[in-house]
Amino acid sequence: MNSESRNDVPKTRVLVLLVIATNVLGNVSLSRGMHEVGRIVSASPLDYLRAFANPWTLIGICVLVIWMLSDLALLSRADLSFVLPVTASAYVLVALGGHFLLRDHISWERWTGILLITIGVVLAEETPARTTKGPLERLL
Amino acid sequence: MKWLLVGIIALCNTLGDVLNTAGMKRQGEIEDLSPRSVAVMVKRILRNPLVLAGFGALAVSFFALLSLLSITTVSFAVPATAISYLLETLLAKYILREDVRWRRWAAATFVACGVVLLSF
Repeated sequence: MNSESRNDVPKTRVLVLLVIATNVLGNVSLSRGMHEVGRIVSASPLDYLRAFANPWTLIGICVLVIWMLSDLALLSRADLSFVLPVTASAYVLVALGGHFLLRDHISWERWTGILLITIGVVLAEETPARTTKGPLERLL
Repeated sequence: MKWLLVGIIALCNTLGDVLNTAGMKRQGEIEDLSPRSVAVMVKRILRNPLVLAGFGALAVSFFALLSLLSITTVSFAVPATAISYLLETLLAKYILREDVRWRRWAAATFVACGVVLLSF
């Protein structure tokens, strides 16, 4: 695997942290908003406009826009097969946040899941963030 | 209906992420997140067909997720992404030509299994 330059590592790590934080905050807000709005199953985007009137849904979408931009910036610098497992720590944060802040019950299956994801994150973190060189003109 | 939505989310998520990665690698590395750099990045993205196609796939996945969240809990939406982890790692190796060795395969497998267990 190709090695990364020393200066690139902190930038990539900052982007990883930003992607994880905005993912957690965006999804928690969106989830709360959609539960306040109620049931929607429709092929028409107009039916979803009603959901956008809810402030939690709106905040969630705004934070997820920041998540999308930081995720794209991260994907310009790191491999997809690196970004996916590393940013999965968002699931662990959501579960632990629910447990410690909202007193959600965590079953032994969920604790095992948290452990497995953490092992996955650590394994991926041990690999170089990028293994391809330069802008790939011929990609796809 | 729930499982159909899960399938749509998994497939569109995979397609979207692979297209976005290919598009952003073509575009070149983003050096910082200053307002000017972000503005330049967004301007270039709007002329990047791979990323635009990726957005299309992710938009379908997003609306399917909204539907799923409105009829069930967030934990039910999670297994959809478990499938994406393995599929995306496979495509990262063979289409994006990333150097995926045992650590990354193990990482993707651990995360996929963990995500499934989290939904219990």
